Amino acid sequence: MAEPGTLTGSWRAYRALLGAQARSQAAYRTSFVVDLVGNMGATVFDVVTVLVLFGVTRELGGFTLRETLVVVGLSSFAFATADLLVGNIERLPRYVRTGLFDAVLVRPLAALPQLLLMDLPLRKVSRAVFGLAVLVFALVSAGIGWTPGRVALAVVAPLAAVVFFAALFVTTATVSFYWVDSGELANSVTYGGRDFTSYPVTVYGGWFRAIFAYGLGFAFVSYHPALALLGRADPLGLPAWVGWASPGVALVAAAVAALAWRVGIRHYRSTGS
Amino acid sequence: MNVIEMNGLRKEFTVRVKAGRLRREKRTVTAVDGVDLRVERGEMLGYIGPNGAGKSTTLKMLTGVLTPSAGHARVCGLRPVPDRTRLALRIGVVFGQRSQLWWDLPLRDSFALLRHVYRVPAGEHAARLARCRSLLDLDEFLDTPVRQLSLGQRMRGELTAALLHGPEVLFLDEPTIGLDVVSKQAVRGFLAELGRAGDTTLVLTTHDLADIERLCRRLVVIDHGQVVHDGSIAALHSRYGSRRMVVAELDAALPAPPVLPGAPVQRVEADGRRLVFALESASVAEVVAGLAGLATLRDISIVEPDIEEVVARLYRAPAEVG
Repeated sequence: MAEPGTLTGSWRAYRALLGAQARSQAAYRTSFVVDLVGNMGATVFDVVTVLVLFGVTRELGGFTLRETLVVVGLSSFAFATADLLVGNIERLPRYVRTGLFDAVLVRPLAALPQLLLMDLPLRKVSRAVFGLAVLVFALVSAGIGWTPGRVALAVVAPLAAVVFFAALFVTTATVSFYWVDSGELANSVTYGGRDFTSYPVTVYGGWFRAIFAYGLGFAFVSYHPALALLGRADPLGLPAWVGWASPGVALVAAAVAALAWRVGIRHYRSTGS
Repeated sequence: MNVIEMNGLRKEFTVRVKAGRLRREKRTVTAVDGVDLRVERGEMLGYIGPNGAGKSTTLKMLTGVLTPSAGHARVCGLRPVPDRTRLALRIGVVFGQRSQLWWDLPLRDSFALLRHVYRVPAGEHAARLARCRSLLDLDEFLDTPVRQLSLGQRMRGELTAALLHGPEVLFLDEPTIGLDVVSKQAVRGFLAELGRAGDTTLVLTTHDLADIERLCRRLVVIDHGQVVHDGSIAALHSRYGSRRMVVAELDAALPAPPVLPGAPVQRVEADGRRLVFALESASVAEVVAGLAGLATLRDISIVEPDIEEVVARLYRAPAEVG
């Protein structure tokens, strides 16, 4: 539907929507600051959990604390950033109920970016920043033998993980086009995914690992990239190149999300509920 | 040239109804049931019907929000759903119960944002905004956050927001709902002015028939998803029995309401001292003559047909109409 020459116009429009959202939130300055601080809590908690675990054990699934922190850092940063950028799409049922969704559909812009920008929770910025700090600290202190390839991976893998989580948010949110009370189910997949990716997949066993790590692809968010960065062979026996596959997995996830969104929107338009 | 075309437009919804403790039954509800309409450029169309008649559903299909179950629609020559973003640049939409404005920002900011959303050249935007500011008296609350505006002020803001990109068609879904008399007058006056210019086509759904009487020469009545009347207000009156009323004030109540041929008694008020006759085939003179023999008349007045009464009758008996 995009016409040539209108792309820059759309870009300007989206930027204006983002600016409006920033100014809207600045209208409630005190609560914004309180939320900014409060929001950091959740991510801090992820890290503390891991530290507590290492208070009672020296290794976790065959990984040391410093190695595990790389996994935690990737997971925390990626989840917090994706949550900041697209996490609010879980409010889709509310958008439908309040009519915001219809209002968005009568404007000359794509629906999804509009919804995301008009409700971007800037207060979650603190979490993403904290996640980034954990990731950087982990990468620096893990004793990684840096090569040009690993430097590239250290940049690309977190971004791929962000895309993966973002795709997960969108895909699970589209379920609410069919089933309005699906919020809890969506949360169990998204927040469950964050928890799953905070640990080396070796700590999980059997069918559970098979489904979440490889069926849904969570192993490619943090575990396999961490192995490649650390230069460790996979205890589960997968070849070394798997650690570099995360951008590909993220693209597949993004494609699935885009498809789910399109189908969901078509369903909404044909049922109006 | 037809700006809007609907051919056999139809919309069905599937709803789940509770049937027993756990069982749910699927039921199909037809909201719009084969609507054929053509609207020419510059027309002002009143689209009315009782709650659930399919008014809003029709508007949603024309604006690209909902996909028709059958039939098709063209607006400005475009298909609303597949060409949604291109169509959006050429239409304006005001939903009375939902907002296009940014809640926490001054009204002025919403207008500035919409300029970017619709990619309107700065000069055009400024000219249109200036016109709306003077016609709708926006200046006093232009810097107020939208959440603090009264409903009437907000609606004036919504109208402006829908017009800043110079749409060819303006869809208004209940634009006067909940407004006080003064705000209603302001909104109607503005829309009348817009219609007089003649280059904007206007489609208006409403529950307030005064909107229609003031604004629309053409009236489409929809009930149970079907068009039951399409024509002028005068045509509606003559088709469904435009009935003038004669109100007679008597000195004293009659023992029983009088029976006058061709003019049945509609209402008895003021303890029987005021009688209201509907003129079916009798003339005013015949009613007066008939009454004069029965009672002492203090006053006689004639009430012109009321569109609400006509439409109420239409809603009650739609089945007889093809």
